[in-house]
Amino acid sequence: MQQLRRKVYMAAGYNTIAMGTGRSEFNPKKPRPGIEHYIREAGQGTLRQIGGAPHVDEGAIGNFMASRFNKQGHLAGFIPMIDEGLQFKPCTRTEGACASGALALMAGIRSVLAETAEVVLTVGVEVQNTVKAIYGADILAGAGWYQKRKNGHAYFFPGQFSDRAGAYYAKYGQERARKGMGRWFRNAVENARLCPTAQEYENKVEDLEAFYHRMKLNGETFVDNLNVLDCSKVTDGASAIAILSEEGLQRCGIPKDQAVEVVGWAQAERNITQDPPDLTELTTIKKAVAQALESAGITINDLATIELHDCFSIAGVLSVEALGFASPGEGADFIAAGHTARDGKIPINTTGGLIGWGHPTGGTGVHQAVTIWEQLTGIAGAAQIEIPKDRPYGMTINMGGDDVTVVVIVYRRAG
Amino acid sequence: MTYDERLQNVSILGAAGKMGSGILLLTVVEMMDLSLKPENKGKPFALNAIDISQEALAGLKDYLGPQVLKIAEKKMVWLRKAYDDRPDLIENSEIIDQYVRDTLSIVRRVTRVEAAYDSHLIFEAVNENKDLKIKLFSQIDQNNPYKPWFFTNTSSVPIHLLDKGANLGGRVLGFHFYNPPAVQKLAELIVTDSTLPEAKAFALDYAKNLKKVVVPSNDFAGFIGNGHFMRDALYGIHEAERLSAEMPFCEALYMVNKVTQDYLVRPMGIFQLIDYVGIDVTQFIMKVMNPFLPDEDLHSDLLDKMMEMGVRGGQFADGSQKNGFLQYEKGKPVGIFDPEKKEYVTLVTISGKCDEKLGPVPSSAINWKTAVKLRNKDEKLAAFFHDLKNSDTLGAKLAVSYGRKSNEIGCKLVTSGVAFSEEDVNTVLLTGFFHAYGPINTFFE
Repeated sequence: MQQLRRKVYMAAGYNTIAMGTGRSEFNPKKPRPGIEHYIREAGQGTLRQIGGAPHVDEGAIGNFMASRFNKQGHLAGFIPMIDEGLQFKPCTRTEGACASGALALMAGIRSVLAETAEVVLTVGVEVQNTVKAIYGADILAGAGWYQKRKNGHAYFFPGQFSDRAGAYYAKYGQERARKGMGRWFRNAVENARLCPTAQEYENKVEDLEAFYHRMKLNGETFVDNLNVLDCSKVTDGASAIAILSEEGLQRCGIPKDQAVEVVGWAQAERNITQDPPDLTELTTIKKAVAQALESAGITINDLATIELHDCFSIAGVLSVEALGFASPGEGADFIAAGHTARDGKIPINTTGGLIGWGHPTGGTGVHQAVTIWEQLTGIAGAAQIEIPKDRPYGMTINMGGDDVTVVVIVYRRAG
Repeated sequence: MTYDERLQNVSILGAAGKMGSGILLLTVVEMMDLSLKPENKGKPFALNAIDISQEALAGLKDYLGPQVLKIAEKKMVWLRKAYDDRPDLIENSEIIDQYVRDTLSIVRRVTRVEAAYDSHLIFEAVNENKDLKIKLFSQIDQNNPYKPWFFTNTSSVPIHLLDKGANLGGRVLGFHFYNPPAVQKLAELIVTDSTLPEAKAFALDYAKNLKKVVVPSNDFAGFIGNGHFMRDALYGIHEAERLSAEMPFCEALYMVNKVTQDYLVRPMGIFQLIDYVGIDVTQFIMKVMNPFLPDEDLHSDLLDKMMEMGVRGGQFADGSQKNGFLQYEKGKPVGIFDPEKKEYVTLVTISGKCDEKLGPVPSSAINWKTAVKLRNKDEKLAAFFHDLKNSDTLGAKLAVSYGRKSNEIGCKLVTSGVAFSEEDVNTVLLTGFFHAYGPINTFFE
């Protein structure tokens, strides 16, 4: 285990509603709140739990493409908007595509470790329903190399992961793979139904797997190897969490058992201008997971739950294999057997993940941390799973682009 | 001449009208898509949008631009491949913008019919005036060296009369779009004994590419759609006139309209439908059809009276509904016309007592919006109509009689040879009128 120079904690998480199709409040034809609304709601949600803005030393905000979705850059300037007490404090904006949120977490962790801050307010946000999905696809394609855009799919990232799914089908069998992917979708929605802020909270489909398999693949209208249920939806949302030192916990009056301790992490970057070395493997995630486990001094058998980046169901399958729960080609079987369900061997994405809870791209990394914090401290409400005493660890895996930017963090309950 | 070549130069007569602009939209998009085929790259495609109204033609761009944009957004997967040879177009938005510009550039807006002299295909969507159609067809045919085909959108004039009148030698057929053409899936195809088989084959390919459901109809005035609607409307008018012996006329109108919508589970009541089509258009089509129906009198004094009072229904240029038998606010009926006082009476002032006279609706009632989505629709409808048949209320009796009359009209279209089958009649009403069930059914036996 890597010895840290001081302990780092997270506490006081907050999620806005994951807004988009599926939520009864969502009406694309009516005016909706802007990005500042989400930042303010999430930030204030955390500030209320830590005794207010005076306790905060720094702010960090993760966001991917507000510059295009909202015609708004310079997001660090929105942190002082959350509360007058944050005015003139140092703030940073991070961007790493869909891993922007976890990069904000890493910025906060490093500040605490560097002893330049005791309390960092960390926010992740994205508001994407400002444009139709077909134009949103252009914006999100910025997570890939621009020189690949011309020959890419109309729905660029579904196209990238459709290629991965196609390679996986060819190598290991389509029927087998889709059985696991269908179960992944079912788990996502069933878990989301237990979380009031989830985009699929109100989903009422009775037989989710039958519903999934009824929807045939159609490359003429979408991508060749995925249907829309294999994909996370377009989401507006924000999450916030405080990153604290021991002193920070005391300053904010947070008992240790209401916090999680960051016990290990890894951050890895793959050359964006190169194709993935193997379409049937998430190589960067595999390396980052191994490094994070090593830094925490644990194995996957010590994990009670994981929040991983299932932007597409095939990413869920490949992540399960990258984690080492299943051998290459057997991830789908592992999922189909129910081992990743909330009552399975390793409960994954217990509030729905990106497919069930939602995927406000730049906010997802922070949302994952909030979910792990809730689960490990026992405040996840209806979504609460049992955290075994002999497996007290949680993990988040946040991915930007096609396995390009990856942040893996390992947590355990403090105190 | 191939399908693609036939569509390289097309003219639409009456292009700025309600139907013509819809046909224009569908056709120009089809032409644009053909022009993007590798074998057609560089070939000129031209669509002459011909209309007598310069002002209406000027407004076409406002209609076409947003509509083409919507269509483009829905076929982005194909568009990226179609513009694969344009390295300058990278994002979806850039390709969509280019597609819209390219499509609009095919359209030439003109007021002179001479523009059609170079076309291989002429769509006609002018007034339901046989003599006008014959005059235009003759003029174009005499000056066009390519022996063009004429597709008429007439909903009532027999095709063989146009063929004979303009001396076209079988180069004409009826291709009857439903309103609005861009939305409605139905098209009636009417050929005569002398229609060229290759013109019919082309029409079927064209319909298939436009994803239209084609129902063939015999060449008889009104064809299937208006053959049913005009008689159905006339029955509704007569029912209202009959009821008006015992109540104010506006209350009778309200009750028949309500029964035809709520009790017969239709998308709108019969008087709202007449307003939608236009009182003027309904009157005109009856006038066109009537001479061909020796044993019927397809004519309504009430429609004449409404026209005399200047109450015409139909839509404004922006698509919103004009007042007719009913008064509309934001597209929803709020009043009903009192022909005696020549003014609208608000619905709330009469709905209570009228609903009371109609009596309670059986609890098994379902509304049209729900019905069309139900998987067990027929079962639910059968249960509701069974309850209606066993009810003594005025509303139930009016509805059952109406349902039977609609069934009788539908059957007569088959027995008189207008429709080829009962299924065709039902398809027209289900697809073209969005009914929840076909008129030929066993619900009201």
